[in-house]
Amino acid sequence: MCTVCGCGDAHHHYGQGVARAHAPGLSQARMVKIEQDILGKNAEYAQRNRARFREQGILALNLVSSPGSGKTSLLTRTLTDLKGQYPLAVIEGDQETSQDADRIRATGVSAVQINTGKGCHLDGHMVGHALETLNPDPGALLFIENVGNLVCPAAFDLGEAHKVAILSVTEGEDKPIKYPDMFAAADLMLLNKTDLLPHLDFDVALCLEYARRIHPHIEILQVSAKTGAGMEQWYQWLHAHRPEPESSAR
Amino acid sequence: MHEMSLCESILQIVEAEAAREPFMRVTWLQLEIGALAGVEVEALRFCFDAVAPDTILAGAELDIVEPPGEARCVPCDKTVLLTDRYSSCPHCGAYGLQVTGGDQMRIKAMEVE
Repeated sequence: MCTVCGCGDAHHHYGQGVARAHAPGLSQARMVKIEQDILGKNAEYAQRNRARFREQGILALNLVSSPGSGKTSLLTRTLTDLKGQYPLAVIEGDQETSQDADRIRATGVSAVQINTGKGCHLDGHMVGHALETLNPDPGALLFIENVGNLVCPAAFDLGEAHKVAILSVTEGEDKPIKYPDMFAAADLMLLNKTDLLPHLDFDVALCLEYARRIHPHIEILQVSAKTGAGMEQWYQWLHAHRPEPESSAR
Repeated sequence: MHEMSLCESILQIVEAEAAREPFMRVTWLQLEIGALAGVEVEALRFCFDAVAPDTILAGAELDIVEPPGEARCVPCDKTVLLTDRYSSCPHCGAYGLQVTGGDQMRIKAMEVE
């Protein structure tokens, strides 16, 4: 008997498939109700990462953007400016090469490169393994630089506290409505390369309006990783979002 | 193409199920993919056909149910249907709708033998 709806033989819930019927006694066919999230396994890995971050007072951020938004430059400047103030660590996700991890390590901060190969995003499982290697210090700021892609990484929780979307003014101001899933998932948007604004027709007000259409409470900071403009606000945001240290049992 | 990862996750879930209550193959698999899940259903079917051969899913009929997107409009105090995340409320034109449904990606049921 069908366990989906308790019906006898006919499969009226088959949608538009070819009409078929059970042949009880002849076939071993049976219905199995599963009701599972397709990304349930990823959610488990992400929760495990999140628990680790919470126990160790680590602020983990998932940096997402299109390719070429200046994510790695923004990150290297951040690391250079914050070195000595907090423990820092980086997980780099790219389809191929260790170029970005090499740029990060040049700042003196430890970094692990994940190459996703055919994959277009990081997932909770990959980040869990990277953490084993990286082993960030308690109280660290951990930056997870996702694969440059505004579509796929939106769906995959890594265990981060916040997604931070980086958009540069050399892209269209309509990116937030063209890629709404990502801007809906991000808590902070960094509008980067603002030093180039005098040379462009980019409409900042319109871009911010589009972002808030998708996500009314998104925080937005305008920065230039090149000149350093606005970077202080970004550092204050990082400082304000560090988790409270867990009350020590000792 | 995160549809490929989704198909691999589907295969893992089904294989785990097969280990729990043994069956040889899946003849029909029903998925629920919400309109706001960020999944291209045609791409998912394409990837399914790439992943399924030589697995327990080989030859399985794929039935994809696509529930519509639902959102709450705060100014109207109404639940409205949404086909995408960037649209405004069809009643009052306000943006910033809060998605309340239609973003799920689930395996619902399957027929096995």
